[in-house]
Amino acid sequence: MPTQDEIYAKVSATLVEALNVDEDEIKPTATLQGDLGAESIDFLDIVFRLEREFGIKIPRGELFPEAIFQGDPEFVQDGKVTDKGLSELKARMPFADLSGFEKNPELTGIGDLFTVDMITRYIQGKLGN
Amino acid sequence: MRWLWIDRFLEFHPGKSARAVKNLSLAEDVFAEHFPGYPVMPATLILEGLAQTGGILVGEANDFQEKVVLAKIIHAVFHREALAGEQLIYDVELLHLRPEGASVQGKVTSAPIGDPVIGDPGKTATAVGEAEIFFAHLDKARSQQLFGDHNFVFSGELKHMLGLAKVAAKKKNGET
Repeated sequence: MPTQDEIYAKVSATLVEALNVDEDEIKPTATLQGDLGAESIDFLDIVFRLEREFGIKIPRGELFPEAIFQGDPEFVQDGKVTDKGLSELKARMPFADLSGFEKNPELTGIGDLFTVDMITRYIQGKLGN
Repeated sequence: MRWLWIDRFLEFHPGKSARAVKNLSLAEDVFAEHFPGYPVMPATLILEGLAQTGGILVGEANDFQEKVVLAKIIHAVFHREALAGEQLIYDVELLHLRPEGASVQGKVTSAPIGDPVIGDPGKTATAVGEAEIFFAHLDKARSQQLFGDHNFVFSGELKHMLGLAKVAAKKKNGET
């Protein structure tokens, strides 16, 4: 099994190709949409490339869940994710670092959970299984 | 003018690859302005032809049930100009196919200018360009609300392309 550094290096190379960004823009904490300018269609491109690069299958919605809460009031109230919503997020995305998000769980901040590090941890988990 | 940027499929291997031909005729409107006295096929329209070849390959793989739209040109390179009188060959290979979308690798070749081999374009063909093209399947629930059941992507002429390819294949095999 590849080391975390090896996985990170491959994830970085994948993002450089998919998003047409410079290698030095890729940092562990860089967010895909905010920092690297990814658009929704780029997520599918990234999934294709990761599958090819690592020889894994990424089921729809597993790495990048779409519309997690579907406007459910139990999960979101006044634009903030509720405690129940947070536990749903943890269950759906165990590979995401929610420590910062929990302090200010604005729904609009969910996109910032998608970072280079998050993808690396996801791949690690996939290969570990 | 009709928005058809391939003339006919030469080969079609469902779910795998397709080859189409596009003859560049000086009579096409595009050459009036691009450019007067020097008719160059715009690279964007070469991409459109590749995307139509690839889009039909992707659409056929799901029996034309999905609305296949061009989402992203991941990478495109052009090596030389293609002029009126040339015959472009579009080769497309399906790289990925998933419920959400698909990607294809395409390449364009043509006989070198000054040495056209009409009828056997593959023989002395040189590379005109390559591109990787990404298609999205429009979300079924959402596009149903917007467009209804009508599949505006494969409404007529694009889909009829395959019918023409079948006729040509039969003639080639001496069937009637």
